[in-house]
Amino acid sequence: MSRELFRFKGGVHPPEHKSESSTHPIHAAPLPRKLVIPLRQHIGQAAKPVVNVGDRVLKGQMIGAADGYISAAVHASSSGVVTAIGLQPVPHISGLPDLCITLETDGRDEWIDHAPLDYRTMAPAELRMQLRDMGLTGLGGAVFPSAVKLDPGTAHHCPTLILNGGECEPWITCDDALMRHHADEILQGVAVMRHLLGSTEILVGIEDNKPEAIAAMQAAAQKVDFAVEVVAVPTIYPGGGAKQMIETLTGKQVPSGKLSTDIGIQVFNVGTAHALARAVHHGEPLISRLVTVTGHVLRRQNFGVLIGTPMHTLITLAGDRDGTTGVLMGGPMMGVPMPNLEVPVVKATNCILVQSNELFPPLPKALPCIRCTRCADVCPAELQPQELFRFAKAGDFGHAQEYHLFDCIECGGCSYVCPSHIPLVDFYRYAKSEIWAREKEKRAADLARERHEFRQFRLEREKKEKAEKLAAKAQAARAQAAQDQTRRAELAAAPAAEGAAPSDADAKKALIAAALARAQAKKAELAPKNTDQLSPDTRREIEEIEARRAKILEQARQPLDTQEKN
Amino acid sequence: MLTAILVMVGIAVVIGLVLGWSAIRFKVEGNPLAEKIDAILPQTQCGQCGFPGCRPYAEAIAKGEADINQCPPGGEEGVKKLAELLGVEPKSLDETHGTPKPKSVAFIDEQICIGCTLCIQACPVDAISGAAKQMHTIIAAECTGCELCLPPCPVDCISMVPLAEDLPHWKWKHPVIELKRVA
Amino acid sequence: MPAPFILDRSSVTQVMAWVLAALLPGIAVYVWLFGPGILVTLALATVTALAGEAAMLKARGYPAKPFLLDLSAIVTAWLLALSLPALAPWWLIVTGTLFAIVVAKHLYGGLGQNIFNPAMVGYAVLIVSFPLQMTQWAGPLELTSASLTLEQSATVIFGGDVPKTTLDAVTMATPLDALRTGLLQQLTVDEVMTQPIFGHYGGTGFEWLAAAFLLGGLVLWALRIISWHVPLAFLAGVWLTAGFLHFFDAGRFGAPWFHLFAPSVMLGAFFIATDPVSGATTPRGKLIFGLGAGFLTIVIRTWGGYPDGVAFAILLLNLAVPLIDQYTQPRVYGGARKGKEPQA
Repeated sequence: MSRELFRFKGGVHPPEHKSESSTHPIHAAPLPRKLVIPLRQHIGQAAKPVVNVGDRVLKGQMIGAADGYISAAVHASSSGVVTAIGLQPVPHISGLPDLCITLETDGRDEWIDHAPLDYRTMAPAELRMQLRDMGLTGLGGAVFPSAVKLDPGTAHHCPTLILNGGECEPWITCDDALMRHHADEILQGVAVMRHLLGSTEILVGIEDNKPEAIAAMQAAAQKVDFAVEVVAVPTIYPGGGAKQMIETLTGKQVPSGKLSTDIGIQVFNVGTAHALARAVHHGEPLISRLVTVTGHVLRRQNFGVLIGTPMHTLITLAGDRDGTTGVLMGGPMMGVPMPNLEVPVVKATNCILVQSNELFPPLPKALPCIRCTRCADVCPAELQPQELFRFAKAGDFGHAQEYHLFDCIECGGCSYVCPSHIPLVDFYRYAKSEIWAREKEKRAADLARERHEFRQFRLEREKKEKAEKLAAKAQAARAQAAQDQTRRAELAAAPAAEGAAPSDADAKKALIAAALARAQAKKAELAPKNTDQLSPDTRREIEEIEARRAKILEQARQPLDTQEKN
Repeated sequence: MLTAILVMVGIAVVIGLVLGWSAIRFKVEGNPLAEKIDAILPQTQCGQCGFPGCRPYAEAIAKGEADINQCPPGGEEGVKKLAELLGVEPKSLDETHGTPKPKSVAFIDEQICIGCTLCIQACPVDAISGAAKQMHTIIAAECTGCELCLPPCPVDCISMVPLAEDLPHWKWKHPVIELKRVA
Repeated sequence: MPAPFILDRSSVTQVMAWVLAALLPGIAVYVWLFGPGILVTLALATVTALAGEAAMLKARGYPAKPFLLDLSAIVTAWLLALSLPALAPWWLIVTGTLFAIVVAKHLYGGLGQNIFNPAMVGYAVLIVSFPLQMTQWAGPLELTSASLTLEQSATVIFGGDVPKTTLDAVTMATPLDALRTGLLQQLTVDEVMTQPIFGHYGGTGFEWLAAAFLLGGLVLWALRIISWHVPLAFLAGVWLTAGFLHFFDAGRFGAPWFHLFAPSVMLGAFFIATDPVSGATTPRGKLIFGLGAGFLTIVIRTWGGYPDGVAFAILLLNLAVPLIDQYTQPRVYGGARKGKEPQA
């Protein structure tokens, strides 16, 4: 193997901590009593629940259907009964709950009927929809629906397919374990990808700190009927990032703001290929994955885990220890702190990293930026992080975008080397999310403006139509008057007809009054029942509101009253 | 001397012609300043500024007839943006026009609603659906939270519900680095 | 606190400590060739800088400990001290240091916020205000008829009673001063250079001092504390400008090697122009910054009113940094290459 490799700019070398977990065999985690399956586990639209509370579901049964093109279904990871569909804590940085389906498992682990797909005879679009309904998403971290990525688009083929076994984050070894033990199945998945994308060149990039995985993949590559090149790439963080892997292997850069398919390259994580093989050759939807449990636990190892398993059961399984200071989902560079340990394992959960003060000492306090540009030296996106920091901190989002904020891949390399210990990536995430929020607001404002303008136009039009109608009426009346002067009695009917309008309004008002009375009676029935234990502040507020309401009511009633007197 | 005068006059005539031609050729339709101001305003159409909608307020600002600090939904940030656009000093919000509130949408209690259509007529963005004697419903995605539907309702069945932060709308917060409190 | 959860071992303190360490060879050579007086200057500047820093931190409501421990005040103090004449009076040292720390650093917002290099601001203020005291340099021991002990130096610095003859015996003009004076007297460069002060390259003693700073600078580069861009560009700017002038009129303009090894160029190139806070940040910007500072150094040395131009050249370029940075933003990953559309 003497493929010419390219070195992307930047990168850091944090301590790897891989051997702690990679040297142990994979264990299957036991079936938990309760599974919590979030409906939003992927990028794009959340799945829509298709079961009801109380339903009995089988293992592999779809419980949430994909909603739209960029979406993926979710499935019951085991057989049991749906006990709740509602907000539950999920593994998200915000700590906010999200819609989940809770299953009480029955221990029988009973599969739904499933059969392999004959992918070669299926139409590509049909196969992709099938994969979307089997819940396939990328398992490398971004959780993008795989069906979308398996669509080569208008080019109709994607010459280069890269299988990403980089796994550059410290501590994580689930891809390593998967390649060591399931290399053949990974390549079966690659065969399906190759079929859909029409790829002619297949590269497997694996960082050279995983020699066993490289050997296993090379051995498996000998057995398949298509050419697969297994390439050992230098170990450097974030060498496993898709864009970085592409540059390392091909020397090409994905143009800013475009997709890798625009340069004829598609990248999949090895875990995704494995899940694809299980789906196509066994008909199994994505209901489990490998999870590395490591850090401050007694037995650091990889587990085969059902999606929806609460994280604390895995930590208990690995042997929890005193002195735990927190738990991350993912690695130390890009991982997300978990709000609590009830949160379930989701499709994105590659690693559960238990923190302690020895392994992860509290970060020192930040000092001001001294513009040393070490961040720029290590930035794999070749940005000027110190400038982005300055703009993001000052809320100057326009400049931040001009300086290519959105090319930042949030790898954390800049924060890692910053001698002032500034949480730089936080500032970029903040700026990005603020910009998105503002764009959303802008769209909402534009919609409101459009609707308001249309309303103005409609009112104008209605007024004009009314005026025209009246004019036409008047003209007709006049014409009639001119035509038939003798029927003067008829002429008197015109004011009478005009008088009909107010009487119409009277009728309407009477109706309103009647409805009002009904509503009031109803409202009396509906008297608020939660006013017992209120703070004085709230009470006062309620009183104020009541007073205002009374006044408005009075005003509303006044014209009616006067009318009634007439 | 005469030559110089002739040259100057000649230049003046040429430049005048060019200016005159370009004034016709590149004529800008409408009032671009009001347009720019309107783009900054939040389009709530709530009328708290004293004008019937955002656009009339924008035109009033452009004409110098209204101050830039009369829009509570736009908040201090909106005032700042207007000040930047107009090249004037930003000032604090004029409290007489109201104070900024958290973004809310109207909600109709359908148990109480009598279907009088008064709110439908009041809604500046046609975000209430319903017909006479039919229950009315707010189209939440299109509601600007202007509160204009509250006063006309004869049965007080409309309330403002603040938008709770949920996962799809969650935003990263500005990181806190407290230099002054470093231990 | 979100990711990342691990940090490299680097810190501001560590960066500053390496800068100080890299100055040590220069200081050792200084003591060896010019006498121990510089140690008194360094000590006084350090104490003043720390006191000034602590007072300003307190006044601005910042905690003193982390900011004093970042050592940046000491770096400023040492750079200023090494730019001052070795036997400068105590009030000169204190004034310069305080001005650097209080005005140039803290009134601009403290660590990381100053647009000018504080040490050079201190130097500029002193040379503009006290030109006479700023040109009384201790001569190299090789050439002076007397030498001072540490105690005697301290006595001189603190204004004690020292016979004027002793003082005259140990101070003399720097090579740059001598060249300047000579040229003003209508001598050619070659004639001036016959004076003993000029040594081989940059002046007796001074050339070894320059070599020691060069060594320290190379250590900083090897440790990646500084990048090669600024020092190399600075030296290139000096060498090319001086060489160009020397090539056309060797009689009126000093040789490029002389300018490189004359006092302050090496210190400026590796320790002062590389100050990250007030310098350019982009790679191309750093090259422009260095070249510009080197060019201006020679221009000021040749035609300016002051014998040395490093401080003014760097301050002028500090002023241009925002502009340089803005116009030298590098291509980002996946951005369009110059003159070539990205392959799509």
